[in-house]
This record gives sequence, C-alpha cells and structure tokens, in this order.
Amino acid sequence: MGAIRYSFGGDEHVFAEIDEEMSLEAFFKGMAVCTELQTRSIPGVTEICPSNASYLVRFDPDVIHPDKMLGKLKEIEAELGSADLELPTRIIEIPVLYNDPWTHETLMRFRERHQDPNSTDLEYGARINGYKSVDDFIAAHASAPWFVSMVGFVAGLPFLFQMVEREKQLEVPKYLRPRTDTPKLTVGHGGCFTAIYSVRGAGGYQLFGITPAPIYDPAQKLPYLKDFMAFFRPGDIVKWKPISREEYDRDIKAVEEGTFDLTIRPVNFSLKSFLADPGGYNRHLLEVLHGH
Amino acid sequence: MAIEVIKPGLATSVQDAGRPGYYNIGIPLSGALDQYALCAANLLVGNEAGAAALEATLLAPELVFRAPAIVAVTGAEAAPKLNAEARPRNESFAVKAGDRLSFDFMRIGARVYIAVAGGIDVPAVLGSRSTYALGALGGFAGRKLAAGDVLPVGQPRSGARAGRALPKDLVPTYPKSLELRVLPGLYFHRITDESAKSFFADTWTVAPEADRIGYRYRKGTPLAFRERKQPFGAGSDPSNIVDAGYPYGSIQVPGGLEPIILHRDAVSGGGYAMIGTVISADMDRVAQMQPNNLARFVAVDMDGALKARAEYKGRVAKLVASLQ
Repeated sequence: MGAIRYSFGGDEHVFAEIDEEMSLEAFFKGMAVCTELQTRSIPGVTEICPSNASYLVRFDPDVIHPDKMLGKLKEIEAELGSADLELPTRIIEIPVLYNDPWTHETLMRFRERHQDPNSTDLEYGARINGYKSVDDFIAAHASAPWFVSMVGFVAGLPFLFQMVEREKQLEVPKYLRPRTDTPKLTVGHGGCFTAIYSVRGAGGYQLFGITPAPIYDPAQKLPYLKDFMAFFRPGDIVKWKPISREEYDRDIKAVEEGTFDLTIRPVNFSLKSFLADPGGYNRHLLEVLHGH
Repeated sequence: MAIEVIKPGLATSVQDAGRPGYYNIGIPLSGALDQYALCAANLLVGNEAGAAALEATLLAPELVFRAPAIVAVTGAEAAPKLNAEARPRNESFAVKAGDRLSFDFMRIGARVYIAVAGGIDVPAVLGSRSTYALGALGGFAGRKLAAGDVLPVGQPRSGARAGRALPKDLVPTYPKSLELRVLPGLYFHRITDESAKSFFADTWTVAPEADRIGYRYRKGTPLAFRERKQPFGAGSDPSNIVDAGYPYGSIQVPGGLEPIILHRDAVSGGGYAMIGTVISADMDRVAQMQPNNLARFVAVDMDGALKARAEYKGRVAKLVASLQ
C-alpha cells in the first residue's frame, strides 16, 4: 500500500484511492481520513464518503478552491501517518435465514444468467471456494464477523468485508448478466463483498439468504431506526446469526408488530490488535457482542 | 390550495434544490436535474429559487387547479395550454379554480418545470422536498406522480403576479447536438491511448435508458482497458474496480461499451471504472438531452471547469437580479 492516489471528479469532488486492491488496512486508512475531515468541519465540504479502499469528498469550489481542498486532505494523510488506527464503533448481530425459499425462487427464475445453471448460488459458491458442503460454506460465512466497508449504491445498502486473512476470503463472481429483480433484504455476495439489498431491485450478487431485519425505512418504525432511516454506517461490525424458518417467521411477526429489535453493542476496534491475532480478536469481539 | 393530477405524464416528480449531506449512506442529492430551469420557474412566480416544483420528463402531465394560482413553465419546449388555450413559456400566468393545464409534446429538451406560487407543499424529508424514487423517499409519497394524486400548495409570497417574463437573453436553448465538457481523471489511466482519443473524437447518441439516475450514451467506439491482473476484490471484467464512490457527473463505461453519466439520483458507488466527470456547469445541459440527441465530450482542465462554473453562476445571478 503506497501513497494515496488523488484525482478530481469534476470541479466538485476529490476522489482518493488508498489502494487498488481491497484490504482492511486500506479501508481503515480511508475511514481515518474521513473521520478526521468530519471533525475539522471545513467550510465548503458537503459530502464525506468512505468506501472500501477509497473515499470521495464533495465540496463547493466557490467556498474552497479545489487545490486548497486537496491540500487539506494531503495534510490529514501526512498527520495520520502510520499511527495505530482505532475506531469507536458498534457490533451488531444480524439474523439470516440462509437458503430461504424467496431468494431460491428468484435465483431459479434467473438461472440462464448464471455461470452454473445446474446448481444453486450457494452450491456454486461452496464448490468454487473449496467447501465440501453448503453447510460448511454457510458456517464459514457466518463464523467470523464482517466490517461494513461502504454504505451506498442505493439508500442504506451495506457492503461488508469479512475479517479474516486473504486466503480465507470467500470470493464469487457476479452473475453473468444482472438480474432484474432481487427480494428486499436479500443477503448476497459478489467478489469478496456481502451486501444486504436494502430495497427490492436489480442486482448481480449471488443469493445466499435473507434477513428479517429491515435496514432502511423512511417511516422509521422500528426502535433501531428511530435515530435515522438507514441503519448501517461505514465501520460497523456485523456478525451473521443463522436462523431457522420458525425463528424467521417469529422475527417477521415482531417486525410487523413494531417490537423487533437488534443486539447492538459499542466496541472500540483496534486494527493493530486485530492484525496481530485475527482469530483471537474476533473471539473478543463476539464476547463483547454477547455481553461476556 | 391544491393541484389534482389528471394524467401524470411519463415521469413527473416533485423536485427542489436537492438533499445534500447523505451520500455517504447512499441517499443521493436528488433535486431538479436542470437547476437553472427550476430557479427560473420559481423566481417567475415569486418563490425562493430552490422551492419545490414539478419536474416532467419527455411527456408532461395534465393538471387541474383547485384554487386560483400563479404558475410558470420553464425548461424544455413544450407549449403549455390552459383549458386548450395557449399560454407562454418562461412567463408567469394566472389560473382560476378548475382550470386545466396541459402540454404539447416536448419538441426540444427533455424536462419541463412547472412552478406554482407558494411551492409544492409536500413534507420536507432530511431537509428537502425532492423525490428520491429508488429509496421511496421525499416528494409526493416517495414516488413519481400518478393520476388522482392531489398536491398541496404552500402560501404564495407577496409579489407573486402574472405577466413576469424571463428576459430573452436569459432563456436557454437546448441544441439537439452539443458538446459536454469533461475533466478527465479518476480511472482515466485505465483505458488505452487509442480509447482515450476515440472517446473524445466520437459523436455519442443518447440511449433510451436515460433517467434521473444516469444518462447512457451509445454508438461510439467501444473503449478498451489496459491489460492488468485485476486487483483483489475488483471483479474479473477489465472495466471493474474495487467498488468506490461515484462523483455526480462521473462517466463510467461498463464493459467498455456505453458511457453512463450519473446525475442527481446517482447510485452512490459501484464497481465500474469512471474515466472522468462532466463539469458542474454542464449538468443542466445533460438533463435536457432527449434520446437520440448527440453529444461530443470535450476535455477541459480544472481552470477551464472553474471558468465555466463562474460563467454559469453569473447567468444565475443575472436571472436572480432581473426577476427580483
């Protein structure tokens, strides 16, 4: 990971590529710059968007000249240097019904757009990642926690990157041609990222399951959406909790009654400690989540 | 005061100056795609420049007013009619209770703005009345208008009157063939030298897939990307990058085939290399392009972009000065 590559996006944006490839280190560096930029409240800055291995800043060039804007970002980059990056964040448990009937119906409907029309997305993902069974593959997806490395594409949609070594990352291609439909709250995977589709719509990720937990609702009906209509923030840590159909149905009923809630715990994440012992650090995170 | 939607048109929605500040969680700016036309329409009826008005795309709506009002129509050339009688564009006029406003086809330009004194009084969501349809947010019920919708109108400001007209030199034209200025950058280095040349040399045609999210262009030479081993997490297509934030106006070329300019309902990020960005001064012009209109992309540097921006802001300032 070398120096940050900066480029202007027209006269209103600076784009900063931390690294060409995805890594937790690249995400963290971008996140650190964005957090510091937010703290400084520089007049003219209108949007600060961390995303995976890069970040994007929108500004008003009538208030701050593009060169000066760029200078501020380089200044922050230099000041942060290679200090240990810590992030006060939260860890959240998200229930998932893997291999559910709704995404199964969808993936069967679009089979001719898939690399392997004769197996399901989970069977295909398990095979190309060297897992003996779909159950083992699901266990790998649901064991180590994931970082929300970007929120976007559409409102409130989180992209998540699993907190494991490169060789343990689950990788699948996107569909050959995007689907025209994906159920709302589908848990899908493409490249090395898992996403939760916050709204129903087109998509190209492989379909693994569905969560009963709404993550975007302009009406803000559930307790954890009271503060804001979109739940996820870049930097959130997520642990998937595999659930049964009975649990899913119970959760859906609670959603409809407005009583459904999520387990959310504050946590201070240290990149250095994580990198020194990912397995041990993840166990620590799960202890925080479960209140031990 | 209220307005009833008789026919909604192709894609009519409530839009204002936009909803900045939430792009980091995927909620885009939204707002009128042609901000100059929105500003003109509002000032003509005595509203604040960024008040909520109706934006109609390609086929304008048919509306009935339930009370007297002052109305102005700007943007694309589509002749307004009040109870089948011609009314001027770019000039405010009065309507009575029960009057029916309709339009001829949009001959030139793609978006008509209809402002009413008092503004469209839907609730502000996150500081804006703009509609973001993908997220079912803001505007009227979070969606484009449908027949039977009844739109609330706010209290007109004093000074709203009929017969106020846009000076001729401040009426924009919408050529069917135009040049769009682009600041190359972002992932421009990913395309080959030949493609960098052909992209700016070719004439591109607006595809039917042109909406508030983005404008797609076709019939130019496909672009080739430089060969490389794709970085981890980027995806296998040479046009893929590790998913990143998309600037407004940025141009992506999925598979190297058809450039897409993202507009104000942009998807906020994704995995396609952006090769440059349409400068802010030209975004209104993108919004008025109809399918099959022609564009050439012209490279400018930052000084050129800022000079064009200053000229654009100067025109808006003249507009404000002449209508106050």
